[in-house]
Amino acid sequence: MASDDALRAEGLRKQYGSTVAVDGISFGVRVGEIVGLLGPNGAGKTTTINMVLGVLQPSAGTIRIEGIDLARQRSLALAHTNFSAVYATLPGNLTVYQNLRFFSLLYNMPSGSSRIDELLNEFDLLRLRNTRSGLLSSGEQTRLALAKALLNRPRLLLLDEPTASLDPSAADLIRSRIRAMASRGACGILWTSHNMYEVEETCDRVLFLSRGRILLEGDPKTLPPAHGAASLEELFIRLAREPLAPAVDGRAAVR
Amino acid sequence: MKLRPVAAITLRQLYLMRSSPTRVLPMIAWVAVDIILWGFISRYLNSVTSSGINFISSLLGAVLFWDFFTRVMQGVTMAFFEDVWSRNFINVFATPLLISEYLAGLVLTGVATSLVGLIVMLLLATWLFGLPFFSMGLLLLPFLLVLFLFGIGLGVLASAMVLRLGPASEWLVWPIPALLSPFVGVFYPLSTLPAWMRNVGHLLPPSYVFENMRSVVAGHGYSSRGLLIAIALALLDILLAACLFTYVYRYAVRSGLLARYSAESAS
Repeated sequence: MASDDALRAEGLRKQYGSTVAVDGISFGVRVGEIVGLLGPNGAGKTTTINMVLGVLQPSAGTIRIEGIDLARQRSLALAHTNFSAVYATLPGNLTVYQNLRFFSLLYNMPSGSSRIDELLNEFDLLRLRNTRSGLLSSGEQTRLALAKALLNRPRLLLLDEPTASLDPSAADLIRSRIRAMASRGACGILWTSHNMYEVEETCDRVLFLSRGRILLEGDPKTLPPAHGAASLEELFIRLAREPLAPAVDGRAAVR
Repeated sequence: MKLRPVAAITLRQLYLMRSSPTRVLPMIAWVAVDIILWGFISRYLNSVTSSGINFISSLLGAVLFWDFFTRVMQGVTMAFFEDVWSRNFINVFATPLLISEYLAGLVLTGVATSLVGLIVMLLLATWLFGLPFFSMGLLLLPFLLVLFLFGIGLGVLASAMVLRLGPASEWLVWPIPALLSPFVGVFYPLSTLPAWMRNVGHLLPPSYVFENMRSVVAGHGYSSRGLLIAIALALLDILLAACLFTYVYRYAVRSGLLARYSAESAS
């Protein structure tokens, strides 16, 4: 089923015993849009991403990817999804090519596909094709992870700190490519980062997450002045330190 | 079930073997050591006893069958351990891969690696010690089939155990064949065992293989009923192991164990 929403999460909640990691949040990512998922450590960003990736079952709520219910049609929904995360490095004992080949088969891509060569070229990995990925520099590993994340031309791309290990020039290049991908409507992107400059430059919209709730949502360029902050970073710091006001409709109010 | 995701799991293992002789060597070295050791023991027993038993056929043949079963089980678990060791669960299970495809990939890997071990054992046992392995004719097929199926079942069961208990529980897997061997009568008839052990042995498919193998070597024929029971039990074991793996996987997704697998706890 085609949908304008690459991702739509409704009432998403994850509870471990008495600890609530994500508390009934609802949000969407439209195709062509880059949404920044921000928040301090322990805010629930990774838990949210793991639920969208299908490796963590929500305690409540629904996730639809391209209109497909993840709980009911997991395999079909995940065929439209991919991700890159600093905490999920690719097997270091496989070469760059072998990793991409392995994951292309997991995504059921035909063996004769030229997609791997395209991505090796695009991410400047051709000369490292036969190098074990464990021997790559952290920047090269990040590029490989991004290449893997684009293998199946996902409609929903989840990027967790995608430029964390890159030098400023490489990071800028990657941001431009991802920005271009979103602009031509190739996919919707959910992006987490602690680099507020990057978020401001790249994201169309941001969600501030704190203690499992969405605290604030909006345009990263207009949000800071609207809340009396000089920059997104200042707003981030203030929101991360201020206590939550009582929740209204699953969305916390900002003091 | 799609073929490419299944092939991916096996291809990954082939890539690793191709690039690392240290992964290939154990597939060959341990079975070779076993065959040589037990080959000489069998030859020695033939020379000092006048029981009329051909120890090359009965003892060395049993070792070969048992090692084959062990290799099948280890082939399945080793493919699973690759994901444990490389902390690859999120990468693998965030793809459209189905659990049935993942398990089929582990099994296919087990088939490929155990066949390598079987060929090495057959060559050594035949050339060095004159094991008349093929004199059993077509009976070899059900014998190997039962051991193969049971090896798959135990491999999947062991993988489920490690998925549930965490990476540190890996050491629990390796002694499983040794724990089972007294009950299945690898080297002696089940009638040697006390009643309770015999009863346990009858629930384990390999016991039917070894009882029948000894009977055939002694010229007494075989029990087709026993072999059918063994195949049925082995298939049941696979079904139960696959259900257990699926149950543990779902628990791991529900509880967060899969997403945080590198934490070595069995919470």
